[in-house]
Amino acid sequence: MEEKVIQVEHLTKMFGHFKAVSDISFEVGKGEIFGFLGANGAGKTTAMRMLSGLSHPTSGKAKVVGYDVYTETEKIKQNIGYMSQKFSLYDDLTVSENIKVFGTIYGLSKKEIKVKGAELSHVLHMESSMHKRVQSLPLGWKQKLAFSVAMLHNPKLVFLDEPTGGVDPITRRQFWEMIYEASDKGISIFVTTHYMDEAEYCSRVSIMVDGEIKALDSPVALKKKYKVETMDDVFHALARGAKRGEV
Amino acid sequence: MIKTTHISKCYGDVKALDEVTFDVVKGEIFGLIGPDGAGKTSLFRILTTLMLPDEGQAEVGGYDVVRDYRKIRRSIGYMPGHFSLYQDLTVEENLNFFASLFHTTVAENYALVKDIYVQLEPFKKRKAGKLSGGMKQKLALCCALIHKPDVLFLDEPTTGVDPVSRKEFWQMLRNLSDGGLTILVSTPYMDEAAQCDRIAMMKEGHLMPAGTVEEQRHAYTNQLWSVKGIKMSAILKIFKTFEGALSCYAFGNELHLATQGVEKSELETFARSMHLGEVKISAIKPSIEDCFIALT
Repeated sequence: MEEKVIQVEHLTKMFGHFKAVSDISFEVGKGEIFGFLGANGAGKTTAMRMLSGLSHPTSGKAKVVGYDVYTETEKIKQNIGYMSQKFSLYDDLTVSENIKVFGTIYGLSKKEIKVKGAELSHVLHMESSMHKRVQSLPLGWKQKLAFSVAMLHNPKLVFLDEPTGGVDPITRRQFWEMIYEASDKGISIFVTTHYMDEAEYCSRVSIMVDGEIKALDSPVALKKKYKVETMDDVFHALARGAKRGEV
Repeated sequence: MIKTTHISKCYGDVKALDEVTFDVVKGEIFGLIGPDGAGKTSLFRILTTLMLPDEGQAEVGGYDVVRDYRKIRRSIGYMPGHFSLYQDLTVEENLNFFASLFHTTVAENYALVKDIYVQLEPFKKRKAGKLSGGMKQKLALCCALIHKPDVLFLDEPTTGVDPVSRKEFWQMLRNLSDGGLTILVSTPYMDEAAQCDRIAMMKEGHLMPAGTVEEQRHAYTNQLWSVKGIKMSAILKIFKTFEGALSCYAFGNELHLATQGVEKSELETFARSMHLGEVKISAIKPSIEDCFIALT
């Protein structure tokens, strides 16, 4: 059987009487690029927090990289990577300090951190910038570094939460080329985005509306099903029906 | 309503703005398109009289940004890129506060914000910090409008906002502009450029010539091809190595290849020689995003 890095069955999260995530089920396979789409307030962040071991589900089952989201949250945190546009590196630390901090958090030995650091600086062509503060780097470099740092501990799965928000078209595409590379190496990618052209780059996408997954398939199949030309049209067709205000 | 001549601004060795000259007429939505660090925010700060230019002149609503800064501040609305309302005041308190700063009341100019505010009304007792991204933007827009400004400055108002809310937000801007408001807006989203009356691209402190979206697309000088096939990631990788490729990037489910003086048959031969399977190549017209890529 094909290896699954995420298995979710009937996962639900209530905040009081409010059903933030309602009975969602899906699987993500090895090396898959899984696009997790939805309007602001649809429940994406809540679902991601449960999958990354930060929030307990109210009901349902889920396993992430083989660990249970109720009982093995620490194991999950150690075995996944996470990056968001809002926060991923410490701006006032240097590149090599960031690698040290995150390497230590991920439980790498001093020796491993040294080896990984050298490897990263070479692969990213950042040899001369290792002692520069992250805030002084161009945005494109920062992003590549953040993505690499999220994979320091060789996770099987990386969560990317709006990794390209507010980024220019070229940097955005270069970032996606890195995602492809990681996926080619067998790393699974779980990504949220508000750019619908990026939805086209995913192996499969799910679209959440009012806490539920309303559609889940490859971009090609979704466009066919809704008889439209672009993922933007698919998204609008589904999300316009949202009843819940984004609050 | 806005007019600048040769505005420059340096931060140490970095030239944030390099002789920026442009103008915006009354009732126009003018878009500044460019990545982070292009100088968009510096330009906004000068036009909203929060920063002095090193060189050059600028006028907003006929007033000079240096000499008449007080008059300008009374007649413009500014929505900065970062959420800048009071997080621990409620929706209602924020709006009342901004109205009182300008010696007016919410009641007096309610007609102007009504369409937007009705969506916020159910949450008027909620603290601004507890609103979602889309709602914060709507509140910020209300607060920037409540004193009935002549010119509205919006610095990346929709970054991080979902596609449906972004569309709504732009519909609001269009209604405001139809009512005679002049709007200068910056955005990193190329699809939003199409909603502006005129746009100008910005890169490393330079402002490129302004024009309608059609004019911008017409000014594109490369050949542009769409390449489509089954295994797009492999096709992308291979076509990047094509000798005459000026740029080659994924665009949704296809890739766009820019060239000069290359025949379609050459590309087809190349695809065959690389064993890429069935590949469909066609000449296409550039989108604004292609124009932007050609600049960089």
